[in-house]
Amino acid sequence: MPTSSSRNPFTAEEIPAVDVAVEHLVKNYGSLKVLRDISFKVEPGEIFVLMGPSGSGKSVLLRQIVGLERPTSGTVTINGLDAGNEKTREQIRIGYVFQAGALFNSLSVYDNLALYPREHRVGSESDIRKKVNHALQILSLDGTGAKFPSDLSGGMKKRVSIARALVMEPQLLLYDEPTSELDPVMSATISEIIGTLKDEYKVTSIVVTHDRDLALSISDRVGIILNGKLVHVGPPAELQHPKDPRIADFLNPKIDIQHPRYKTLESASEHESESVPSAEPPST
Amino acid sequence: MNQIQSILQGIGSTVQLGARSLAYVGTLPRQPARFIQQCYDIGYTTLPIVAILSFFIGSVLALQAGYSMQDFGAQQFIGSLVGLSMARELGPMMVAILLAGRVGSAITAELASMTVYQEVDALVTMNIPPARLLVMPRLVGVLVMMPVLTIIANIVGWFGGAIICKYTAFISLEPEAYFSALRRYMKFQDVFNGIEKAEVFGFVVVLVCCNIGLMTRGGPREIGAAVTRAVVTSLILILVLDYFVTKILI
Repeated sequence: MPTSSSRNPFTAEEIPAVDVAVEHLVKNYGSLKVLRDISFKVEPGEIFVLMGPSGSGKSVLLRQIVGLERPTSGTVTINGLDAGNEKTREQIRIGYVFQAGALFNSLSVYDNLALYPREHRVGSESDIRKKVNHALQILSLDGTGAKFPSDLSGGMKKRVSIARALVMEPQLLLYDEPTSELDPVMSATISEIIGTLKDEYKVTSIVVTHDRDLALSISDRVGIILNGKLVHVGPPAELQHPKDPRIADFLNPKIDIQHPRYKTLESASEHESESVPSAEPPST
Repeated sequence: MNQIQSILQGIGSTVQLGARSLAYVGTLPRQPARFIQQCYDIGYTTLPIVAILSFFIGSVLALQAGYSMQDFGAQQFIGSLVGLSMARELGPMMVAILLAGRVGSAITAELASMTVYQEVDALVTMNIPPARLLVMPRLVGVLVMMPVLTIIANIVGWFGGAIICKYTAFISLEPEAYFSALRRYMKFQDVFNGIEKAEVFGFVVVLVCCNIGLMTRGGPREIGAAVTRAVVTSLILILVLDYFVTKILI
């Protein structure tokens, strides 16, 4: 259930949660239309999941929300402030978990996490140490502070990226494909972490993913983007039996094994097995 | 037409980046480690190659001057020729060219890589301006280190010339006579003009290389292309600016 404030994971103080409003958003790159007239609102403390196939414009939408790109037309506001304005980022702390982590390769894990509070002079060095160590602990990354991003696995990089966002004490947390390129165990761990952050700290969150299980397990509401259009917004329960055939096809893709493509593969496979000599020695 | 447009865009974005970065100079005391690191990268690591090249440039200048002047019996003026050439032109120019090739390429590669791998985007989302963190310390670092490198290049070049004058049979000029001519015909203003030139070259090279790095889009292939573009642009700008700065200073 959305709440009007979230709890600071480090001080247990209330942080005012923010809302996000996207209105008639259009984004074109030259003649390529990526986002077409998208409108939705994310309530304070809500987890809103944006789903869609690869290339549907989910990550581009996230970049408009965080203000890394300006929309061709339409508006994105966070608590009524223009998301693209630099001053908005001065007033509202926005954490962004990049798809590839985007960790600073020249800095250790500890320094990656400490960069934001140091640059913004949030507390003394000992306060920063406490915050960083706490964030590492929350994400089960104890003992990795001295390591460099190049020493970490993909899953660890994702967790460090989440920890870095957490140290900012964000009012809005954006995740771009948090479980992509991860094995099922690590995906489940990341889902669990996002779920914990939702339950314990209630930060307003927008998660972009094409991972159906993640979306259904953590979201308050789900938006489906197909070909740059937001075709559905609703609670995850509505997606158990979607009425829209396009959404049904996306969520429950059916593989037609009678399709000529699979026939071709089958015959190629048979041909290959005939041409490969048997590993067993000929009987004498 | 597109090429002209992209050149104008490049000039515009470079000027903007320079202005934005200089606006953060006041934050320098908060990032002493980054400033010292840049001074180290720009100054200390470039010093050996600057010294080696300056020595040989001074030597070649003395050799050529001695060869040409022996017909007129004017070897005693070699010191002033080498001294003025190094201080006013070759010292700052050579340091700037080395800076573009060695430091400029490294800056572009680092910033282009940070841009391509979204590290710069991460800074923006954290409300940490890249101009403050990545560009300003480099600009101040180069402004501090260019005079040091230029003075060292001049001194090493002068000594290179002196050694060649003493040990080359057809010149046979003693160091006392060489340095006496150097002192007699050189003014402090000559050295100072050279330093001013070096400051302009260094600032422009680092700014252009930072801008090209931060404007890089695409993948690893574009990082390589950006480095090449940065070095070539820097070299062209050094030569073009050399004319205009010399014209102003003369």
